[in-house]
Amino acid sequence: MVDLNPYSWWKRFLALPNESRTKTIGVAFLVAAVCAVLVNGATVVLRPIQTANRAHEQQVRLEALVSAIPGMNELIAKAGGDALSAVIVDLKTGWAADGVSPATLDEALQEAANWTPLTPEQDIAGLGTRPDFTQVYILRDGETVSLAILPIAGAGYQGQIQGMLAMHGDMNTIAGIAITEQVETPGLGGRIEEPAWQAQFPGIRIRDPSGRMRFTIQRGPATNEYEVDGITGATRTSNAMTQIVRFWTGPEGYGPFFDAVRRGEF
Amino acid sequence: MAAKGFFWSTLTEPLIRQNPVTLQILGICSALAVTTSLDTALTMAASLTVVLVLSAFFVSLIRRHIPDSIRLIVQIIIVASLVIVIDQLLQAYLFDISKRLSVFVGLITTNCIVLGRTESFSRSNPPVRSMVDALGNGLGYSMVLTVIGSIRELFGKGSLLGFDVLPTVDQGGWYTPLALMLLAPSAFFLLGGLVWAIRSLNPEQAEALEHVPPEKKESRA
Repeated sequence: MVDLNPYSWWKRFLALPNESRTKTIGVAFLVAAVCAVLVNGATVVLRPIQTANRAHEQQVRLEALVSAIPGMNELIAKAGGDALSAVIVDLKTGWAADGVSPATLDEALQEAANWTPLTPEQDIAGLGTRPDFTQVYILRDGETVSLAILPIAGAGYQGQIQGMLAMHGDMNTIAGIAITEQVETPGLGGRIEEPAWQAQFPGIRIRDPSGRMRFTIQRGPATNEYEVDGITGATRTSNAMTQIVRFWTGPEGYGPFFDAVRRGEF
Repeated sequence: MAAKGFFWSTLTEPLIRQNPVTLQILGICSALAVTTSLDTALTMAASLTVVLVLSAFFVSLIRRHIPDSIRLIVQIIIVASLVIVIDQLLQAYLFDISKRLSVFVGLITTNCIVLGRTESFSRSNPPVRSMVDALGNGLGYSMVLTVIGSIRELFGKGSLLGFDVLPTVDQGGWYTPLALMLLAPSAFFLLGGLVWAIRSLNPEQAEALEHVPPEKKESRA
């Protein structure tokens, strides 16, 4: 008669010599399974707290970014406390998105239909696909937009770089930059997080008067108003930052939005 | 009583006499990388100690059933899973410090102390004894990190745990921070100094010279 009691199976399994094939595979499988449960459990249970931490940090950086821009605090104070408003932009048209609010943005981005695949020529920032909706922050001075804070992202040397780019009302002059997430080499590419490096961005222009894209992170010291000093020893991260800013200020990024703002349609 | 004495010596031996860092020179990569300030050093030390103790416990628990042919894989899997869990916990509850520790918590997986202890001790000793041994080694590592971290933060930034101890020139004090202390070489110098100090006190730790210079024969003219 076949013994079906799982406990005696277990005992027989344990009694096998350690070097037998069954036991080797069995132990490997059991250890892997237990560890997988442990790791997955920890990630799933802790994810909400981690997400909250990241969101909080993003908020702190947004505030730091705004307060680092010269004259920004006065502008906000003049416009009243809650002047920085969150708007969802439809990147295809450049206008405020219909039917998507900050609360439903995450939900909308779960749908593959709201992502646009990029061709290799378009995809200079190494994104693969681009979301059609992003949440930007806008500061108004009367009727005109005086500042826009735009989330940007792209492939760095080691992984994704995410940040915020603040643009002045002409939508051509950078007001500031903040990096919210990066995993570049600490001490080299990781220095894109340093305030000293980010302090060069305010006042840098993206395009020259003829409309040509000029923004570059130089290898070495910057020579004109379109250039930022590169980070020594981090050429690939510097290049990645150039491409990220160029992509998001270009036609596949916030280009339509910039046009809409310049036409006064926002 | 004998058992108690054994536990006590297992726990205290690795603190100075058998310290994994200064005697065996293990795990110095992380010891150099995370000691620019005391709080990261302490967090790292605590994480490593926890991983070490737990992995010693689990490995020791299944020590009779680990097939020899895959024993390293099994041990590494256990260590790596514990490290991921600790990393996730840090990201959830100590977000700022975990950002500054960046990859080094993840790299505990490859820390030679952990694998060294599970391979050489936990695999052939019962759980409680293994955990005591792991705790001793973890504390030994923690001690070195604390010492180096304190010195580097104190002289590199003039503070300890973020509190100003030596008022720096930037803030109107008298102390000019020693920037070298925040760079990797200073950790080498300090660690070297620490090893030298301990081996001077315990001459039996000093390794035999690999090459003995030939003795000068006294020439008799």
